[in-house]
Amino acid sequence: MSELTLYDKIWSRHVVKNYDDGDDLLYIDRHIVHEVSSPQAFAGLIAEHRGVRRPHAHIAVADHAVPTRLRSAIASDSLAGRQISHLEANTQRFAIPYIPINDRRHGIVHVIGPETGFTLPGCTLACGDSHTCTHGAFGAIAFGIGSSECECIFATQTLRQRKQKRMRVNLMGRLAHQVTVKDVILALINQIGVSGGVGYAIEYAGSALADFSMEARMTLCNMSIEAGSRVGMIGPDHTTFAYLKGRQLAPDEAHWDAAVADWVALRTDGDAVFEREAELDVSILSPRVSWGTTPEENLPITATIPDPTNESDPARRERMRRSLDYMDLRPGTRLDSIPVNRVFIGSCTNSRIEDLRAAATVVAGRSIASNVTAIVVPGSASVRVEAEAEGLDRIFRAAGFEWRESGCSMCVAMNDDRLSPGERCASTSNRNFEGRQGQGGRTHLMSPAMAAAAAVAGHLTDVRAL
Amino acid sequence: MESFISLTSVAAPLPDVDINTDVIFPARFLLLLNRQGLSQHLFHERRKAAIPERFVLDRPPFEKAQILVAGRNFGCGSSREQAVWALADFGIRCVIAPSFGEIFFANCFRNGVLAVDLAEDPHRRVMSAASTEKPMTVDLESQAIRLPDGESVAFRVDPHRRRALLLGLDQIGSILADDIADIDEFERRHRASAPWLHLSPEKFSGVANAAKQGSHE
Ligand code: SF4
Repeated sequence: MSELTLYDKIWSRHVVKNYDDGDDLLYIDRHIVHEVSSPQAFAGLIAEHRGVRRPHAHIAVADHAVPTRLRSAIASDSLAGRQISHLEANTQRFAIPYIPINDRRHGIVHVIGPETGFTLPGCTLACGDSHTCTHGAFGAIAFGIGSSECECIFATQTLRQRKQKRMRVNLMGRLAHQVTVKDVILALINQIGVSGGVGYAIEYAGSALADFSMEARMTLCNMSIEAGSRVGMIGPDHTTFAYLKGRQLAPDEAHWDAAVADWVALRTDGDAVFEREAELDVSILSPRVSWGTTPEENLPITATIPDPTNESDPARRERMRRSLDYMDLRPGTRLDSIPVNRVFIGSCTNSRIEDLRAAATVVAGRSIASNVTAIVVPGSASVRVEAEAEGLDRIFRAAGFEWRESGCSMCVAMNDDRLSPGERCASTSNRNFEGRQGQGGRTHLMSPAMAAAAAVAGHLTDVRAL
Repeated sequence: MESFISLTSVAAPLPDVDINTDVIFPARFLLLLNRQGLSQHLFHERRKAAIPERFVLDRPPFEKAQILVAGRNFGCGSSREQAVWALADFGIRCVIAPSFGEIFFANCFRNGVLAVDLAEDPHRRVMSAASTEKPMTVDLESQAIRLPDGESVAFRVDPHRRRALLLGLDQIGSILADDIADIDEFERRHRASAPWLHLSPEKFSGVANAAKQGSHE
């Protein structure tokens, strides 16, 4: 018997059949539906007179375009309002469980999947959203798909897929003070590149993981797609089980012990072979910030903007030039001298309770700089409630932050939260693409503590020196 | 799905690397509910910024291009299928690049768009042929690109995807026609071995629609 990886084990449990060309028909246990990628999928079902095979294998929520300031501000005849009412009508028609925007379970798809216990170890999970890799933190095969594949899951509960190659990322050592998993994943993407993981399912392993909370693991897996990997996963352990126990959709008492016994067996065998291995000593990392328009273009906050003329690969050199031009930055500039006028703490990468605690710790007793507007957008209503119970909202408000309702918000700028052309933002989200946070806006990615520090200083700054 | 057999067209060169789907189709237009008419927002920012010299797809002869030759890692980032719908709506039926974002790549084949990944070397030849502004032919039957100078570049497409494109097959229709008995059987076994993965309406208590009967047809 050859030794198997976590990915192999979950994959083989979900193969409905093998096709003779090497594809498999893969069973999808769970599907999360949101307002932006689903309308065309539902329209396809209706046009073809097809039904939804298993309505309770799906859960739907509107997160991308919802207003986060005033929920009531959503006009039903606005484009966003129409998208939300479409989701309501479609889920009603097909009897798909739906979480309304004012529900206490509302939130970003990748925050509420785990929170409700919808996301479980050993399952296959898909969503019409590329950051679905987040759910891999629980030891699931979770990946993003397009609308046509959403439609396929609705109708058949399966997808025709080709198994990916396996890559292991070994994380060794302990994080230094004020260095977070956000810095780990940024460093990894910088090391292997934005297409370094294309074709691979990543498993994160190594001694550093045992210390990481579920929140931290989700941040790590979340940005696997920024290295090109559709799948990022971590073997489940007692931290995973403790997080899940008692959640609404997690196994109840009658099944709990059997489920845990099953999940424990999911880990990668000792001699399993990965097609590729990478290693990172996390103990030597510093807080990092991105300076360009791809997540790969990031450096320690103590560095200066690199010079494209030193880049040997012509395509990358051209991309760097373009990035610097768009970001309006010059080689040699110290990263910690770059002024910002907006700060965004939120997104499926960094909007969970620990993220808000880390930012609040930095902000407590301080005020944001006069040139800055800053918002905190909790990833879910339940994160918001928990944060308020701890008084974090008061800390943020006292410092000058706005405290918002849950949603994707300024990660994707589909609602009113967006940068104006030329504005520069310290952001805890995952993509610094051109225009991502608003047309002509400039994004610097970093951890919540670093974004909080930038808000206070009015420029990118080393949180360790604040 | 529209079939793809062979195509002769000028090919628009877009050599930039790591073009993501936010650049191909900016998020604010994702609020539109349709698949049709999206080409007006294709590469929206790039097209606006390129005035007056004009973005490649707005410049003759490429405003009629049905082939796009792109740089590596084309279509990385967001899973939005709108990126493919907008390209297809513009008239692009084939994208050639050294590598692709994987979700974008899969989305292409779901929409009758042929995505061809070529090694750096042949890709360079196709890219320079594209800039001659002369038509080339992409033939899926023989899996070859015939360049304007008569030379030929071979490519390979996964057999299932090739067949689906050649015949214009609807993947959902094929699964429903051929595989439902296997899916039924799988679900029975799977439910027995991991019963907690099967969510009942009662588990969803308090969640809207959970107790409803759906329209199954
Ligand atoms: S927070 Fe951003 S990255 Fe995450 S699901 Fe929402 S839009 Fe996508």
